[in-house]
Amino acid sequence: MSQYVLRRLLIAIPSLLGISVVLFVVLALAPGDPFSELATNPNVPPEVQAALRAKFGLDDPIYLRYLHWLNAMLHGDWGFSFVSRMDVDQLILQRLPATLYVIGSAQILALLIAIPVGVYAATRPYSLFDQIANTLAFVGFSLPTFFTGILFILIFSVTLDWLPFVYTTDIKATGIRWVLEMIRQAIMPVAVLGLFQAASMTRFVRSAMLDVIRLDYVTTARAKGLGQATVIVKHVMRNAMIPVVTLIALQMPAVFGGAIVTEQIFRIPGIGSLLISSILSNDTPVVMAVTFVFACLVVLFNLIADVLYGWLDPRISLR
Amino acid sequence: MAPLLEIKGLKTHFSTDDGILQAVDGVDISINRGETLCVVGESGCGKTVTAMSILKLIAMPPGRIAAGQIIFEGRDLVPLTSNQLDEIRAKEIGFIFQEPMTSLNPVLTIGEQIAESLRRHEAVTRKQALERTIEMLKLVQIPNAEGRVHNYPHQFSGGMRQRVMIAMALACKPKLIIADEPTTALDVTIQAQILDLLQDMKERFGMAVMLITHAMGVVAETAQRVVVMYAGKVVEEAAVDELFGDPRHPYTQGLIRSIPRIDLDSEHKTRLEAIGGSVPILINPPVGCRFAPRCKFAMNVCTEKEPLLREVAPGHRMACHLGDTSLGGAA
Repeated sequence: MSQYVLRRLLIAIPSLLGISVVLFVVLALAPGDPFSELATNPNVPPEVQAALRAKFGLDDPIYLRYLHWLNAMLHGDWGFSFVSRMDVDQLILQRLPATLYVIGSAQILALLIAIPVGVYAATRPYSLFDQIANTLAFVGFSLPTFFTGILFILIFSVTLDWLPFVYTTDIKATGIRWVLEMIRQAIMPVAVLGLFQAASMTRFVRSAMLDVIRLDYVTTARAKGLGQATVIVKHVMRNAMIPVVTLIALQMPAVFGGAIVTEQIFRIPGIGSLLISSILSNDTPVVMAVTFVFACLVVLFNLIADVLYGWLDPRISLR
Repeated sequence: MAPLLEIKGLKTHFSTDDGILQAVDGVDISINRGETLCVVGESGCGKTVTAMSILKLIAMPPGRIAAGQIIFEGRDLVPLTSNQLDEIRAKEIGFIFQEPMTSLNPVLTIGEQIAESLRRHEAVTRKQALERTIEMLKLVQIPNAEGRVHNYPHQFSGGMRQRVMIAMALACKPKLIIADEPTTALDVTIQAQILDLLQDMKERFGMAVMLITHAMGVVAETAQRVVVMYAGKVVEEAAVDELFGDPRHPYTQGLIRSIPRIDLDSEHKTRLEAIGGSVPILINPPVGCRFAPRCKFAMNVCTEKEPLLREVAPGHRMACHLGDTSLGGAA
């Protein structure tokens, strides 16, 4: 097992290198760089501009710049944010907890809704419950998060004034009040992101369950007189979860993508909003680092999915 | 003595987009204690649906037991709920399915799959259940049972998996085993081994066996009594010697003639006789005898009036107008 994980981590190195090359080239091809602002600033003499560009190697050929970046990365130097005036790794570490908190809670919420609803709907296909669940799921994944997010803000913040619509990291409270406030301000973003995820996941859980429920070994289990609950949980669910795990892992990039939008709407100071603001201000080192962190997270979740896969399905041996 | 299981006028229907499919349409079958009864017929004649109806293992909906009684030890099973039937499933009536490759759950060890049945029906601890499971695996001749009990189904061959299925069905020592084509999916050499094993187990535990098959060879080897089904109905029923010696129904005669023979010398060898056509689709079936379109003895009455099961010799019943004196000159 540990050998398998180690091997998978080693395989991840070339793919991460590949991703970094693509990211670097795309960013280099994009117009603008951190110093393009200086060009329009009349207070900075052209000689100073040229000296700065030379110092940071901005006019070097692209492969040299890439090797320079890679070398720095390997030494733990993630670069310097020209806009925030601080190291990129510091900046990311500052922003990451908010993102993980919101995305993690949203994923947990999505699973807590999708698995019970999907499983129950599959045991009673075409029943009233199933029809309602299907309709809601369809509505749920048809509505983009930027729409539901604004709708939620309109209803719960503006009209009802129940929840804050701006997320803040410096809550002026301590102890239990701080915890409650953290939960209160996360309710809307987590609900928007979680319900959106839950909608498509519910439908997937339902169809995975329906695929398994009519298989021969389920009839065998019924013939043992085990009772509906045992048959469903022990014999059907365990098998139906195998494709669901894959789907959840493959959806992680989309989840991060969705989080970027949600963070913008609710003003969550996470890495998603950091990415957007860095792109807008041409803060290339930050853009590069954040997209690279996203890539690492996606690779990591795929690895977790593969390990879970081997645990759920004994036919797959992790060697 | 009352039979162990008596199926009376069973009708199992399925609703489909095209109408009601009458898969089983008025079947009477009875099994005595300790007896081996074979149910034969082509694919699609309602054998499996009849067997699955006994423990309500058919998908409901779309399936439905439309009429009839299934009396097991004096108790009608038809009105029971699935929860009530759970007390009878595996404990009183065990099931062996056709496909050993797909009938075992791939993500659970075979030991767990046998033991869960024991734990459900008997007051045993986990450890006792495991011991009993190993004992059952030894009984069905699985080598190295102590080690194999923790293996998963994919680590077994087809024949070994069917042995596991048998061990599973026998675990709670039921009074009746229903085996739905237990050898169809296996190699010929393995088939004989599995049939022998079933026979052994039956003698050891003294249970009744309802063996569903389409192979007349299997019938000749194992059965005491035979029920021949065609298109959702019983067409003939007799003791095994009687059936092979004096088949009365044209369909049974056709089935027996379609068995390849190697005991004839080459001059007497003829083309194997097959029954032309195929089983009718059982949505709005024709009136009269359902076999009439394929029967070479078909008469006018056959498409007008349904033949009923009647006794033609002691313990030998069949449903055909041929030789029916009550029809007067028609026959």
